[in-house]
Amino acid sequence: MDFSLGDRAEFFRDEVRNFLAEHLTTEVVERMHSTGTFDDKDFNVALAEAGLLAGAVPGYGDRDPIELYILFNELEKAGAPYDGLAVTMLVAGVVNAVGTDLHRDTVLPQLLSGRSSCCLGYSEPDYGSDLAAITTRAVRDGDEWIIDGQKMWTTMAHEAEWVILLTRTNPDVPKHKGLTMFLVPMDTPGIEVQPVPTMASERTNATFYDGVRVDDGCRLGEVDDGWAVMGIALAFERGVMGGTNPAVPLLRHVRSWAAKTPAPDGGTILNDPLMLERTARTAIANQVSQLLTLRAAWIAATGGLPGLEGSMAKLYATERYQQTVRWFQQMAGAEGLLSFGTDGAAADGWIDYDGRHSPVTTIYGGTTEINRNNVAERHLGLPRSR
Amino acid sequence: MDLNLTKDQETIREVFAAFFEGETGPIRARAAEPVGMDAAAWERLLETGAPSMGASEAAGGGGASLADLTVVATEAGAFIAPLPFVDHAVTTRLLDTVNACDDGMLAGTTIVGLALCPAIDGIARTVPSGAAAHRVVAIDGNRLVLDRPVDNPSAGHLANHGCLPLAHRDLTGAEVVASGPDALAKHARAVDEWRTLTAATLVGIARSAVDLGVAYVMERKQFGRPIGSFQAVQHQLADLPGLVDGAGLLTSKAAWAGDRATVDGLAGEPGVLDVDSNDVTDFVALAAMALVAAGEAATTATDRSLHVHGGYGFSEEYDIQLYYRRARALAYVLGDPARECRRLASMFPTPFVYASEAGAT
Ligand SMILES: Cc1cc2nc3c(=O)[nH]c(=O)nc-3n(C[C@H](O)[C@H](O)[C@H](O)COP(=O)(O)OP(=O)(O)OC[C@H]3O[C@@H](n4cnc5c(N)ncnc54)[C@H](O)[C@@H]3O)c2cc1C
Repeated sequence: MDFSLGDRAEFFRDEVRNFLAEHLTTEVVERMHSTGTFDDKDFNVALAEAGLLAGAVPGYGDRDPIELYILFNELEKAGAPYDGLAVTMLVAGVVNAVGTDLHRDTVLPQLLSGRSSCCLGYSEPDYGSDLAAITTRAVRDGDEWIIDGQKMWTTMAHEAEWVILLTRTNPDVPKHKGLTMFLVPMDTPGIEVQPVPTMASERTNATFYDGVRVDDGCRLGEVDDGWAVMGIALAFERGVMGGTNPAVPLLRHVRSWAAKTPAPDGGTILNDPLMLERTARTAIANQVSQLLTLRAAWIAATGGLPGLEGSMAKLYATERYQQTVRWFQQMAGAEGLLSFGTDGAAADGWIDYDGRHSPVTTIYGGTTEINRNNVAERHLGLPRSR
Repeated sequence: MDLNLTKDQETIREVFAAFFEGETGPIRARAAEPVGMDAAAWERLLETGAPSMGASEAAGGGGASLADLTVVATEAGAFIAPLPFVDHAVTTRLLDTVNACDDGMLAGTTIVGLALCPAIDGIARTVPSGAAAHRVVAIDGNRLVLDRPVDNPSAGHLANHGCLPLAHRDLTGAEVVASGPDALAKHARAVDEWRTLTAATLVGIARSAVDLGVAYVMERKQFGRPIGSFQAVQHQLADLPGLVDGAGLLTSKAAWAGDRATVDGLAGEPGVLDVDSNDVTDFVALAAMALVAAGEAATTATDRSLHVHGGYGFSEEYDIQLYYRRARALAYVLGDPARECRRLASMFPTPFVYASEAGAT
């Protein structure tokens, strides 16, 4: 085995790091946390202009998934806004894989320029884990479709130009077989976006679709074959596109804070025995999370579909992240409760932030239980339990 | 980047998986209790040349890399082989660096072992292979010593949790093979190699524990169906593949870093230890990380697997208890993992201290 990234990937990583040193300014980070929109158009456009974005589309261009992993991993470690970008690039990958020529010629360049973004319209108020049961209807009307229904948790819908929409086109067949995917412009009449605030700084939305008319050219993939399109998107997403190294910035912030916080008996709390133990355990978990993610990327780079390995990476990384947050939240006591911009906040408010953000990581992108079902059935070969 | 074994390593894996399956495994491990040494299996191992695998070719050994040895150690763990393969390998490599590895050691007719901690009052305590090794290398003060040959090491066996061949060794009359800072550094390197290969053994133990658990829950029926169809049972097991594979990857990375750190006994590529960016290629850090991660993977995997066996898991008859006890013995014999973590953290670079301005920066 060889764990060095190789010259080409290292060069790419350095390019990303140099870009971040220049463009990830305090203003960008503050704007993301104060607006709750973890997506920044100017930042995305700058990434595109630096030539770093086209390579971020899975299956497109000449960058392999290792570089894709590097891009999102560096963005995540640096604490940059990348949630929206990851979705946009994921959709770009799906468009590239199953889109029409029209999609490829018109939508893809917009997404790749960083000027247009995309949101995911999968979940509904009544269907989350049981996604194949969604009820938003698309009914054919000549060369058009009429879409009616509601989506929930449509993050970035208030900013995005496009939504990738999972709809039901045939209610009379088994649930996986009557779904169709569309790529719909968000400015189409009949679409309404309402904010859904969260306990953390990120905002999400409910979206409503009332007699939304779209051309058949908006369809992604075949009619009633939407589940297969979902599968492509999931295989791209799991593991490779960020979300599996969230404790890296947390450890950096905590160590920085600990190194300047006096201990009662002299020195700093960085050398407190429990702090030493927990920073080490966090660093170990961060390495393991990175390696599990890298394995998923590497499988994709060598032509495989790393769905299961991505599930393993997500399960491990998110549970460890939550444990790390619990540890440092307890150790920081009252100061750890203080928020961004507050006098005396431990780690400048990051512990409060991670404490608010971390619960969602075992929920979105497939809950822990759904990923465990996946590993139990498809990796361990245990019988279906539902 | 390449996360596959090399072709040669794939062959090594197949050969040793077959060897350990045929010559060791739970039945033999049981028979070798309480000492944890199977002399007949060791005799057979000599025929494969494994005991000299790790020593340099110049010294007459096989010149295997740490990565190669990791492959063998994982298979040894998977079949809980009652053989001091790891200890003998790292000790021959250490003795090789001070030109003290003799033919008997290379052949494996003289088994050598490593005292992990410095001797106290001339006694090397709880040496992991102390009841199997004819000769033990230890640190006594600032000297690296090789104790007097012991003909029947099992006589000193200390009954223990994992049925490891633990013994104290009296260093009276030991031969000094090196001394000073260089000797201490060489011993430290050997202990880091031991950490890496023991991590590999633990990964093998963990992997088998998952397999045993899965096989049992598919076979055992309650309420008219296999207990493996209950989600509560499934989810206990579903966390394990990521935990075990993650520890395995970290162990392989440690071995890779160890092989890069020295080339022909000289300093090789320097490693990086930047935990604030999660960039770690430093061997000493990775060896500690691998042991902690693999120890946790093996203790958790055996814990969950034993639990889903119900009462049978606790009975002497079922194999999972053999794995359960060995996982703990190997994970803790060097000392409290929390202490290992503190040692690791003390190697971390001084953190970058941000200007103390409030705000999301
Ligand atoms: C901040 C945020 C952003 C999001 N962004 C998006 C987005 O952009 N686009 C989008 O489409 N969706 C998005 N989601 C939705 C997310 O994917 C869903 O929340 C998730 O899939 C879980 O669905 P649910 O919330 O309906 O929970 P439910 O499915 O109702 O689950 C509730 C609980 O039951 C458990 N459970 C459910 N089924 C099983 C089972 N079979 N076995 C065992 N346990 C089970 C779950 O694990 C969970 O713990 C977002 C969610 C949040 C909170």
